[in-house]
Amino acid sequence: MIRAFLAIVMLITTALPGTKARAQEEVVLGLSQNRVRITANFDGSEILIFGAIKRESPITDTPLDVIVTLAGPSTPVTVHKKDRRLGVWVNTDSVEVQTAPSFYTVASTAPLTDILRQTEDLRHSISVPRAIRSVGSASDTADPADYTRALIRIRENQGVYQSLEGGVTLDQQTLFRTSISMPSNLTEGSYDTRVFLLREGHVVSRFDTVIDVTKVGLERWLYMMSRQQPFIYGLLSLTIAILAGWLASALFRAIRSS
Amino acid sequence: MQVYLPIAEVSVNMFLLFGLGGLVGVLSGMFGVGGGFLITPLLFFVGIPPAVAVATSANQIVASSVSAVLAHLKRKTVDLRMGSVLLVGGLIGSAIGIVIFNYLRSLGQVDLLVNLCYVVFLGTVGALMLVESLRALRRARKLGGALPPRKARRQRTWIYTLPFKMRFRTSGLYISVIPPILVGMSVGILAAIMGVGGGFIMVPAMIYLLNMPTKVVIGTSLFQIIFVTAFTTMLHAVTNQTVDLLLALTLLLGGVVGAQFGTSLGARLKAEQLRILLALLVLAVCGKLALDLFLTPSELYELAEGRP
Repeated sequence: MIRAFLAIVMLITTALPGTKARAQEEVVLGLSQNRVRITANFDGSEILIFGAIKRESPITDTPLDVIVTLAGPSTPVTVHKKDRRLGVWVNTDSVEVQTAPSFYTVASTAPLTDILRQTEDLRHSISVPRAIRSVGSASDTADPADYTRALIRIRENQGVYQSLEGGVTLDQQTLFRTSISMPSNLTEGSYDTRVFLLREGHVVSRFDTVIDVTKVGLERWLYMMSRQQPFIYGLLSLTIAILAGWLASALFRAIRSS
Repeated sequence: MQVYLPIAEVSVNMFLLFGLGGLVGVLSGMFGVGGGFLITPLLFFVGIPPAVAVATSANQIVASSVSAVLAHLKRKTVDLRMGSVLLVGGLIGSAIGIVIFNYLRSLGQVDLLVNLCYVVFLGTVGALMLVESLRALRRARKLGGALPPRKARRQRTWIYTLPFKMRFRTSGLYISVIPPILVGMSVGILAAIMGVGGGFIMVPAMIYLLNMPTKVVIGTSLFQIIFVTAFTTMLHAVTNQTVDLLLALTLLLGGVVGAQFGTSLGARLKAEQLRILLALLVLAVCGKLALDLFLTPSELYELAEGRP
């Protein structure tokens, strides 16, 4: 009991310098690109996120850690579970996850469990499970946590969720950089980029910016038309199909007769 | 070379798509099947979202069917009159099928039903065709290579007593329009539920139920498929906006070329051989789907974007 109390006191006292340093350290961020253009031959993109830490006081002894997160637009996701019924695998139960980012990467200087406290993770939603919101999901399944774990597992296998522990390099507690690869199956939208500075598990500074991912050129034109003039788009698809069919036939006849 | 698909929102190798389109095109020209039952699972496998795969393959089938039908028209192996009669039945059937499909969706488990439908129909149709064609081939071999005359007129039963008779010159038939309309209708219903053109059911139905000659069946089936899939494409484009033009374009470039090769390849094979090959293909797809239903999947969970 006493030991537990002492531990809490120690926690508070050690946390104090961190809170003091809060206003003194600031992130100055650079991005290799703040727009990702999806063109017809888009094949993924590598984003270099780098920066420096501006401070007004000398560097304190407690080590500094940096976490960089990059999150794509969020959508609700339904997770279905298969079960065997009469020898056939069918979707039985499902859980609806309120919002899950379509893309999420968290890069850090060290394993998250070592540098980030649970409470801070809860507040800022940093780690992959915290970035997915499934609170109060209305379901009568036995273990909804299994479903969110499955969601993370599937998306990790697809390469859209990544945890790059040790992916951020920090030089002399001042300069940091990381490179995040974005896969080719990106969706359009604003990608939130966050940089956290941490001391002893506490977030002492935070910096937010946005990377815009947009379709350009032909991609944009086709996409907009399919949404705004679906009927004309459908007719265009059919016309192209019929023309292509006719052309191939005519071409082959010409080749064969010559 | 990678290409980013604007509606599917994935980047795929262009030559892979070209190859897939070509493969399905060859089958389409050879057997008179649209290839929907083949291209859709293949697109899933490449990583295209299911909704986009279903809608876009319909558009691609329009292209390869047009290509193949033109080749068949040149060869005079399309029974336009029979095709139109089947189409009338088919469109009525599709409308009924869409109603049934939406009803089933409201009950849930529509995926399971579609898969079961596939396994049952592909399995039965494939097995029946294989047995019949093998028997025919064996009979032909016994007679020293000369094929016996088709016993097409054998079934002069109740079908020939029905009213509204019509002469189908290309098929060499003089029968009532009621059986073709019924065949078209039932295929239309199934096609709408299963999301395919229905060629793989239509072809055997024409051969075995309507007694049409195999050579004419392929062109006529394709003729009918063009309209059914064009209708489906428009429906998907307007309601779900899931037709990916860029994907369709890459697929159909391969498809139209493949269809031409398929048609000339099909003309070189004997009718029985053609049917055996189609039967084997149908059975292979059926086996794959059955395995998915009965084997323990490696991933028990499945994601679907959006709310249930």
